[in-house]
Amino acid sequence: MEKDRKDAGAISITAMADMPYYYHVGFYYSRFLRELRDSKRIVGVKCPECEKVYVPPRIVCRDCFVTMEEFLPVSSEGTLLAYTVTNFSYTDTTKGEPKKIPYTAAYIKLDGSDSNIVHCLDETDETRIKAGMRVRAVFSGDRTGDYFHDIDHFEIIEH
Amino acid sequence: MRNRVGIVGFGQTHHRSKNTDCKGQELISIAVKRALESAGLTISDIDAVVIGNMDHFESINYVDMWSIDGSGGFMKPIMKVTTGGTTGSAIGHAGFYHIASGLFDTVLAIGWEQNSESDTTAAISTCFDPITEREFCGGAIGPLAAQYTAYMSKYGATEEDAAIVSVRDHKNAAMYNPYAHLRQTMTVDQVMKSQYISYPIKLLDICPRTDGAAAVIFATEERARKIAERPAWVLGVGDCHILVHVADGIGLANLPSLERAAHEAYEMAGVTDPFEQLDVAELYIPASTAGVTWMEALGLCEEGGGPRLIRSGVTEMGGELPINPSGGVLATNPIGATGLLRIGEAALQVMGRAEDKQVEGAEVAVATGFGGCFWSDVTVISSRPQLD
Repeated sequence: MEKDRKDAGAISITAMADMPYYYHVGFYYSRFLRELRDSKRIVGVKCPECEKVYVPPRIVCRDCFVTMEEFLPVSSEGTLLAYTVTNFSYTDTTKGEPKKIPYTAAYIKLDGSDSNIVHCLDETDETRIKAGMRVRAVFSGDRTGDYFHDIDHFEIIEH
Repeated sequence: MRNRVGIVGFGQTHHRSKNTDCKGQELISIAVKRALESAGLTISDIDAVVIGNMDHFESINYVDMWSIDGSGGFMKPIMKVTTGGTTGSAIGHAGFYHIASGLFDTVLAIGWEQNSESDTTAAISTCFDPITEREFCGGAIGPLAAQYTAYMSKYGATEEDAAIVSVRDHKNAAMYNPYAHLRQTMTVDQVMKSQYISYPIKLLDICPRTDGAAAVIFATEERARKIAERPAWVLGVGDCHILVHVADGIGLANLPSLERAAHEAYEMAGVTDPFEQLDVAELYIPASTAGVTWMEALGLCEEGGGPRLIRSGVTEMGGELPINPSGGVLATNPIGATGLLRIGEAALQVMGRAEDKQVEGAEVAVATGFGGCFWSDVTVISSRPQLD
């Protein structure tokens, strides 16, 4: 059997080149981000066959594979399905900086939607959070249409 | 009609957190040579190579050709397979497809990773949609942690249920697997007292980052019977992908992709009662919590029955259905190799070549793979060419 090799003089090198990307947001997400920015409205899109509503909007229904055209607003309130209080930092690939911690990732089904979104919750004490809680979106004061940032965070409606 | 497929060889490196002594190709060559040696073959016996890793972990984007110094694939057909967390299991399935199709007689499948060469959590985060999901998903840990809050809420499971899984897998690695990366036993109390990384997942609940490689050799029935006294037959495979919109998968307490993939693999293999028919399982459990929540998707317990199954002790070594005799992913996680290690370890079990970690009399094994957006692979392997 091949033996493990040990070399006390083994060399490691560092590659630090930036690799930026320029994502094309597309028809559906552009509409989604514009509605958030200009009207503080969260829009989804409805499947003409099974009538499921998807948020964020997207081109085809996952089950029916038909093109979806009907945009409609959904509620900015919804139900918290799952969450995690994130305590480890890592490189936020959208900014190239360490992610600020702690933050709570929140998986939410908005009223009127059949799919879920992930955003953050302004509560990082896990003993004060429970799956099934009602939450609402808090929109950013300065909205730019950048990423999902025009919703600043979600807050718990009732404790 | 597919051709019968046998596994005849398996090799792996001694896994470590940081393998500064090896360049990637050197690491690969160790696993390949060990696999060839275990089968009594040479590289000239290999008709084709399947290889993969997480491209963005080492920023090597033509791994098929780059790896030839290690894979031995010079002037041979090579297929690169890279499917995130399921890369290793998908490499195994691709090896199976090569033989089952009738186009190749002997195929070498290789998975590898030098996790220590990059910021892998940032790299994993690129699997999530960049516009709406990437920022809040927290690499591989965040979604797994969130899923367990949904499962705890729905079924009343506890953090301690998960800790029992961590203790089991780490114990197996420490006691039975000389190749494992982490070989350290721990108690439920120690797991429970370790710090939260991403509530409810704690430091001792989560898999490490590992440098390592694995290679599995697949062969036609005719070749397999000549090469190995007791080949491991691949009886069933299932693969199920879901949406990139990971929030849809996490909202659920369960894992529908694993349920579907298991159903497909079991049906192909003729497994109708998994708990009774399976003798051993090598499962891609990247966090102890998943060792609780995914048991029902594999048909091993009733809905919400994960905690009862884990606490009953049947999944421990010496139990009715030992899970992860190798220590699994919680002990060793060179991601591109991780799923292939499950297949290789499952094959060793039914070949009777698992040495210290051998489950006595194991004839039917299941191996799984898992990807961070919650998709799944399942493989059923047996010492018998077909189940009765």
